[in-house]
Amino acid sequence: MLRFWWPVVAFVALLGFLMFGLTRDPNELPSTFINKPAPAFSLPSLLEPERIVSPADFEGEWVLVNVWATWCVGCRQEHDFLLQLARDGTIPIYGINWRDNRDEAIRWLRQLGDPYVVSGFDGNNRAGIDWGVYGAPETFLIDPGGIIRHKHLGPLSANIWERDFVPLISEEAGG
Amino acid sequence: MKRFVFILAGLLIATSAWSIDTGKAFEDPEKQARYEKLIDEIRCLKCQNQTIKDSNAFLAGDLRREVRRMIGEGMSDEEIADFLVERYGEFALYRPRMSGKTLLLWVAPFVFLLLGAVAMVRVLRRRASLPIDDDVIEEG
Repeated sequence: MLRFWWPVVAFVALLGFLMFGLTRDPNELPSTFINKPAPAFSLPSLLEPERIVSPADFEGEWVLVNVWATWCVGCRQEHDFLLQLARDGTIPIYGINWRDNRDEAIRWLRQLGDPYVVSGFDGNNRAGIDWGVYGAPETFLIDPGGIIRHKHLGPLSANIWERDFVPLISEEAGG
Repeated sequence: MKRFVFILAGLLIATSAWSIDTGKAFEDPEKQARYEKLIDEIRCLKCQNQTIKDSNAFLAGDLRREVRRMIGEGMSDEEIADFLVERYGEFALYRPRMSGKTLLLWVAPFVFLLLGAVAMVRVLRRRASLPIDDDVIEEG
């Protein structure tokens, strides 16, 4: 009798694995950078090309590094929320304008508002590759020690901010 | 018939001209061979079931550019794989390397083969131990 049940048990186990697989989004790759120092980059500022943007700009405080582009639909979706974070002074946001057209990117910020302290212009995906970026928008949370603590793929929203980012920041702040 | 063969040959040749990679070939054929082998083993992270050789997504183009640069700078295949794994994880390689994380992936086929072999041996042994009743078939 037990012999008869073996294949059934195996089949159900397989089914369980497959069903678990269905609940996972294959596009969400685990970042290899969590709890590692933010990779170096040195990009010209989008708005002032002679100014160089690098991780040294955001040393010593919690910041977001947001990878964005004008061709990216998700970036448009999250833009209002980023503006809100900037307006409320919640956290400084640094932009990496990724594989974009400079004029269009500048126009985007003029028209929709600029939530970024500064945006580096990464037109040919140099910094993007060093940061393991494979789609926009991507948002990195970086702690005062320059360590990447979290990476979010896709548009940011108030819910996701509260759920994934706030606990990490407040945990460190001792509250 | 001759015309048909001619057209067919033309079509077959034309497909190879649809190559995605438009970059200039290395002058050193050995480097070019390494380049082509590498880009055929690196996953395009944006279009996950394609290699960066097959994909025309810009990310694939950028990664081809990086692989080309690294080969040009004289980095070894191993170093180039490290570069990619460091940024995109083991997933970037179509041929994952043997490590603690990927051990199961590498060993599983052999484990299944072994299980199958054990099952087969058991079935065959039992069958061999059954009484031979050829007579029944002859009679029937």
